[in-house]
Formats: sequence, C-alpha cells, structure tokens
Amino acid sequence: MGSLNIENVKKSFGPVDVLKGIDLAVSDGEFVVFVGPSGCGKSTLLRVIAGLEDASSGHVIIDGNEVTSTPPAKRGIAMVFQTYALYPHLTVRNNMALGLKQAGTPAAEIEKRIAAASTMLSLEPYLERRPAELSGGQRQRVAIGRAVVREPKLFLFDEPLSNLDAALRVNTRLEIAQLHRRLKATMVYVTHDQVEAMTLADKIVVLNAGRIEQVGAPMELYNSPANVFVAGFIGSPKMNFIEGARLGESVKTIGVRPEHLTVDAKKGAWKGTVIHAEHLGADTNIYLDCEKAGLLTVRVFGVYDAEPGATLYATPDPARTYRFGEDGRAVK
Amino acid sequence: MSRATNSFSRSAAAHAILIAYTIIALFPVFIIVINSFKARNAIFNAPMTPPTAETFDLVGYRTVLAQGDFLQYFQNSFIVTVSSLFFVLLFGAMAAFALSEYRFRGNKLMGLYLALGIMIPIRLGTVAILQLMVASGLVNTLTALVLVYTAQGLPLAIFILAEFMSTVSDDLKNAGRIDGLSEYTIFFRLVLPLVRPAMATVAVFTMIPIWNDLWFPLILAPSEATKTITLGAQMFIGQYVTNWNAVLAALSLAILPVLVLYLIFSRQLIRGITSGAVK
Ligand SMILES: Nc1ncnc2c1ncn2[C@@H]1O[C@H](COP(=O)(O)OP(=O)(O)O)[C@@H](O)[C@H]1O
Ligand SMILES: [Mg+2]
Repeated sequence: MGSLNIENVKKSFGPVDVLKGIDLAVSDGEFVVFVGPSGCGKSTLLRVIAGLEDASSGHVIIDGNEVTSTPPAKRGIAMVFQTYALYPHLTVRNNMALGLKQAGTPAAEIEKRIAAASTMLSLEPYLERRPAELSGGQRQRVAIGRAVVREPKLFLFDEPLSNLDAALRVNTRLEIAQLHRRLKATMVYVTHDQVEAMTLADKIVVLNAGRIEQVGAPMELYNSPANVFVAGFIGSPKMNFIEGARLGESVKTIGVRPEHLTVDAKKGAWKGTVIHAEHLGADTNIYLDCEKAGLLTVRVFGVYDAEPGATLYATPDPARTYRFGEDGRAVK
Repeated sequence: MSRATNSFSRSAAAHAILIAYTIIALFPVFIIVINSFKARNAIFNAPMTPPTAETFDLVGYRTVLAQGDFLQYFQNSFIVTVSSLFFVLLFGAMAAFALSEYRFRGNKLMGLYLALGIMIPIRLGTVAILQLMVASGLVNTLTALVLVYTAQGLPLAIFILAEFMSTVSDDLKNAGRIDGLSEYTIFFRLVLPLVRPAMATVAVFTMIPIWNDLWFPLILAPSEATKTITLGAQMFIGQYVTNWNAVLAALSLAILPVLVLYLIFSRQLIRGITSGAVK
C-alpha cells in the first residue's frame, strides 16, 4: 500500500534549524514511531510528511511518488492530532464524511466506509452527535475513524494519546495496535513517551535536536543503544551513567540499567547508602548513593525492604554494562 | 458560614457599583426620552419630571413624522451602518486571518501599518477624502460614507480579530487542509464560527460611532436624499430658534434601530461565549 522515503529533509524557521537533514526509509505496512524529547522536531517532521509544512530542502516520497510539492489532500495520507481537531459544527458522521465528499467519493461508498469504520471503533451510537457531546476518548476514536475512512496509504499520528487520562491511554493504545494489525497499513506515530514507542513500534526512530540518533526495532534500541542519548532515553527508570574515570576505566562513560544491577546487604562491587525506596509492588526502585559510582537507581523485582540510611552493595551484570566513548558513541 | 456572608456582601457591593454606573450612563438617555413626550413649556419649566396628564404632548413626534423625509433619513442611516459593518467584518476578518495564519515577508510590518490606523483619527484626512470623493464623483452618495466608515472601522477590527484568530487551533485548520478544504472554506466554515464572540464585539464597537457620526454625512453627503438621521435631526436646531420637541423626538427615535442591532449582536456574543465553552 504505502512506503515512505525521506531524503535529506531540512527545515528552518527563520534562523532556527529545526530539522538538520533527516534520511529515513519506511517500508509498506510498517509501524514507525518517532520518539524524542519535547521540541526536538518530531511534529515538524510529521507535518513535512503531511505537506502542512514545506521542507526547506530535501524530498518526501510516498508510495514511490515524489510528493514534495503536492498539497496535503492529494498525498494519500490521513492524520490524527493530539487535540482531536474535530469539526465542531459537524456530527460524527459528517466529520468522517467530509474528506471523502471533498474528494468526490460516491455517497454509497461513503456510507459503506463509515459503517465499517464505526463498527471497528464502536462509534455507531454516536454517529449523529456533535463532538461537544462526546468524551475525550470518544472524540479521539472519531478522529481515528475520520482517518480510517480515507483509506490512506499512510497514517500519521501526532501524540494522539497525550490528552487522554492514563487508563484511557492504555485502551486507545491497544486499539491503535489492533487497527494496525487489521488494516496492515503503514503508520507513522509521534510521541515523547518511550512506553508508547516500545509497545507500538515495529521500528523506532529516536530524534534529538533535529537529528536522527538511531533507528531500530524496540529491542535493538534497548539492547544495543548506539549512543548515550538513546541509552538514556529508552528504558524506564533511566539508565545509570557513571564516569569511566571513577571506576578506573579507559572510556568516558559507563552505563548500566537499573534492572541490570543486583543489591546485597553484605557484599558487592559498589558500597552505598539508601536514599529513598519506591515500592511499586511488582518491583522496587532503590536510590543508592555509592562511594565509588555516585547516585544509582536500582530496580529490584518484587518487594525489597530497604530503609533510607541503610548500607547496601550494588553489583552490575558485566554482560549488560554499556561503554561509551568521548563522542558519546557506544564502544564495544 | 463567614465565607457565604462575605461573598454576599461582596456581590452586593459589586451590584451597587454596577447599578450606580447604569443610572449615570442611562440618565441622559432617560431625560431625552421623557422630555420628548412633553409640551415645550414643560420641557423648560421642569426638565426632570416625567410627563404628566397635563404636560404630555406628542407634538415633537408629529413634527418629526410630518417632516416626511424622516423615514428616508432612517433608511439612509441604516443602509450606511449595515453595509459598513458588513464590509468591516468581512475584510477585517479576512485580513486578520491572513496576518495570523500565514508567514510571509513583511507580515509584522503589515500588522503594524494596519494597527497604526487605530491611533490616527481618520478625520485628519477629511480634506483629502473630500477631494477624492469629488474627483470620483461620489459626493452626496451613500457609497462615499460606506467607503469612509469601512476604512475607519478596519484597523481596530483587524487588531482585535487577529488576536482571536491566532487562538484558533492549528490542528483544526490542518485537519481541514488534509480533508481537502480550500483556504476559503477553512476561513468561513471553521475559523469564523469560532471567533463569533470577537466578531460581535467588533460589530458593536464599529456600529455605534458610525450611527452617531455627524461629521462625514455633513461634509460628504448633506443632500436631502442622502441625509442620515443624525444629520436630519440637526435641521430642528436653528441659529435663532430650536424646536426642542422635534429634536428630542428625533433623537429618541434614533435610539431604536441601534438598540435593535445591539440586541442582535449581544445575543450572538452570549451564544458564542457559551458554545465556545464546550470545545
Ligand atoms: N511555526 C513555527 N515557527 C517557528 N518555530 C517553530 C514553528 N513550529 C515549530 N517550531 C519550533 O521547532 C521546534 C520543534 O517543534 P516541534 O516539531 O513541534 O517539536 P516536538 O518534537 O515537540 O513535536 C521547536 O523548538 C519549536 O519552537
Ligand atoms: Mg509535537
């Protein structure tokens, strides 16, 4: 249905370079997630793909066609926005129908597609309501329905779950995952939340300050981050970074994930004092101030009693310790 | 408990201030209206008292209506006000949309240039405007007034509306673009309904000075056929004798249409505010 190629796309707003040369290939049916901190240019890149923003230079190719100067409506895309962006004066049915009517789709076909999409997203009871009469979750489902009926080559999502509360976010995330499985469509999804990225993506693109830091499958990024930024961004709680010099290592930085540290009251590599413990039931996060390694977060599975002030020893798993050089890149 | 009494005394104080202001603001209007129903002697002997059975007299209204052309003056005022209002709102909203929505070279400068009009009174240009109208043969036409009032109303309209339009969600406009709506459809169907409260505010601010204006009708369109109501009422004010009954009656009548327009817009304003609450 739809592949996407981005070739050396740059975007500046006046003197500010927001995208500094993005190259990316997305194959047909793939679920790609752009993840990165706020303000790194994810939305801008998505808007360039959609044609809502002109790239300063570079090419966007959708399904083999160069679309760099094609208007958004002719690119064969559909977009779901963080703020839902439903037309306030139209009913749910007409919200979904508008784009098709504009494209001159026959009425019977429009009916058919709306019926199919509203069944898929359980929207039938609300078809004659206006957006103001729906809850946040329902509005976002309508917005997704509006994208589905267009049968686009490429779905674009810009932080679609950010305005929903936690429980609804999990449900809607599931719904989007199912939608992808059912439609087998190419989807590009923007989020700043690495959990969403890990759970939804076939392929994650980590962006930072207008550049791609790493592209890869979720487990690839988790197991072999290319640099300090990706290592710190993927995984929660965040990876611990220790200056190599403190441990007598030759590299600049040593990284070890909280879940790859074990603790013991008697013996271990790094002696430390418990500063705080967070009991989450399934696991416990312990913050340790170590003499040698500095402040560390340790994630222990299950319940672990650790009083603040107590002495604990932390030991890293040597097979899962990451080493980063002067330039921040991973060193094997 | 104390909080309840506190808020009661606070709201009583607020009401007292608002009522006092209302009385002060409405007092001159009230005096005009009551005196318009009185005989000439009663107006001068006891201007503050409402008409009694003895002093009640409709002579003012009879004079005004007998003057015949008054209906014509009303119509002129109405045409000029409504047309100017229409053009101010249409062009003002379009310019405001362009300034707030599109990034183009000189955008800021253009906004500043348009806002400058708020600070410079258009009457300073009266002589030039008159020359322009004479040259284009528009003297003594309602068109001349409509053109001048549109120019007069645009700066403030653009200034206020641009501010409001920049608050309309970018996502909504972008959703429209992806659905293939033209920029005009996005403007008229998506953006305008959302800034309706601002439009109503601008309409009220624009309408009242136009309706009340004496200056430009006197200079640009003083002919019998194009006189506005404010200018028409002046004919009862003579150099030596003033027909106060007629002046007061004419002014009382002139309040009515503008009141009707105001009611229409203020209802829009309230509806806009309440519908905007559930976005
Ligand atoms: N229309 C614009 N004009 C100027 N700067 C912009 C514009 N849109 C975005 N930016 C800037 O570009 C950067 C990236 O924005 P964005 O792509 O929205 O980030 P995010 O990754 O949070 O989605 C931000 O620093 C933002 O200030
Ligand atoms: Mg964003």
